[in-house]
Amino acid sequence: MDLLNLGIKSIFIENMVFAYFLGMCSFLAVSKKVSTAFGLGLAVVFVLGMTVPMNWLLNEFVLKEGALAWISADLATMDLSFLRFIMFIAIIAAMVQLVEMSIEKFSPALYGSLGIFLPLIAVNCAILGSSLFMAQRDYTIGEATVFGFGSGIGFFLAIIALAAIREKLRYSNVPNGLKGLGITMFITGLMGIAFMSFMGISI
Amino acid sequence: MSTETLEAPVAKQKEAMLSKRRRKFVTDPLSDDNPITIQVLGICSALAVTTQMQPTMVMAISVVFVMIFSNLTISLIRNLVPTRVRIIVQLAIVATLVTLVSEVLKAYAFDMYKELSVFIGLIITNCIVMGRLEAFALANKPYDSVLDGLGSGLGYSWIILAVAFFREIWGSGKVFGYPVFEAMGIENFSTNGLMVSPVGAFIVLGFIIWVQRTKSGYVEH
Repeated sequence: MDLLNLGIKSIFIENMVFAYFLGMCSFLAVSKKVSTAFGLGLAVVFVLGMTVPMNWLLNEFVLKEGALAWISADLATMDLSFLRFIMFIAIIAAMVQLVEMSIEKFSPALYGSLGIFLPLIAVNCAILGSSLFMAQRDYTIGEATVFGFGSGIGFFLAIIALAAIREKLRYSNVPNGLKGLGITMFITGLMGIAFMSFMGISI
Repeated sequence: MSTETLEAPVAKQKEAMLSKRRRKFVTDPLSDDNPITIQVLGICSALAVTTQMQPTMVMAISVVFVMIFSNLTISLIRNLVPTRVRIIVQLAIVATLVTLVSEVLKAYAFDMYKELSVFIGLIITNCIVMGRLEAFALANKPYDSVLDGLGSGLGYSWIILAVAFFREIWGSGKVFGYPVFEAMGIENFSTNGLMVSPVGAFIVLGFIIWVQRTKSGYVEH
């Protein structure tokens, strides 16, 4: 039940885009068409669901204070948490590469539609941000997995909704200075208000 | 993702060693080629830390520092790194610099470190840093790259400080934590809760982009 709660929280209430502004760069850049937004969203769900548990393992068994105790008792006082940034980003970059290679090998059709987005994901703040939140909040492995997938689905929903709105918006008369990024910021703000109404839901 | 939108403006620079050309590296990103409002880079952190001026200032300084030194380092080793592995190399260098910033903050400004939490770490994936490395530092001399890093960093800084100024003054009636309205003798200034919430950031930045683009005459198609 707690896991379900956490899942709902990470999808709707603490949505990566609307509550923490993570992944905004690709959120704004790849939301012009629903079909491309769908591809990117799917890739993000996939990579987040993989990297957050991976980084949890890394954090738990290598980086955390006293995490190295399983090697020998002498290392029980080691605290490598200052290496978190560099290790997490290395895992993410490596995972993205691996995912890209395996998709290319096993499902060329999926690779055709996801392929171009995968390299971009390594530098998507939502991915690194989720791993850092996971480390900061001391999740268990189950929570970390649910949180990873939940954050990914939250991003997926947000980017598809925005892309759909922007497709409609193409036929409206927007003031010159507001075209593109400006109006998108306002739309995102309004969508944020809508998502705020999920606040306080718990099961 | 940031690279394809970026390559055109810098690639055209001539090789003349004029100081005017170099001055442009610093002044261009401040208005005509601003990383946030024109190039749409680095929005994530621009919004997340801007509820108050003080953390925004710390964030701005950190980003300028990381940009200058990552541009310098990448520019120095640009001919040694094979293109296939350049992203990893860039990420490693940026992550090292960000770790440095984070450790310094942890040691000398722990409250600030707690307040900024994960957002210092997220400078690593800040598109401005990666974007400038890809578009500029990989193809230019170290000194020019330092200037470019400084310019883009400052362009980013003034936008986030502007956002923070409006959010703090409307959201909590303060500037840098100083209660301006009380000092002016206005006792019951009612604060706007929307400005403190994430939604306020989007709307304030939307207006800033509108004003800035109207002024510089930039139109997106």
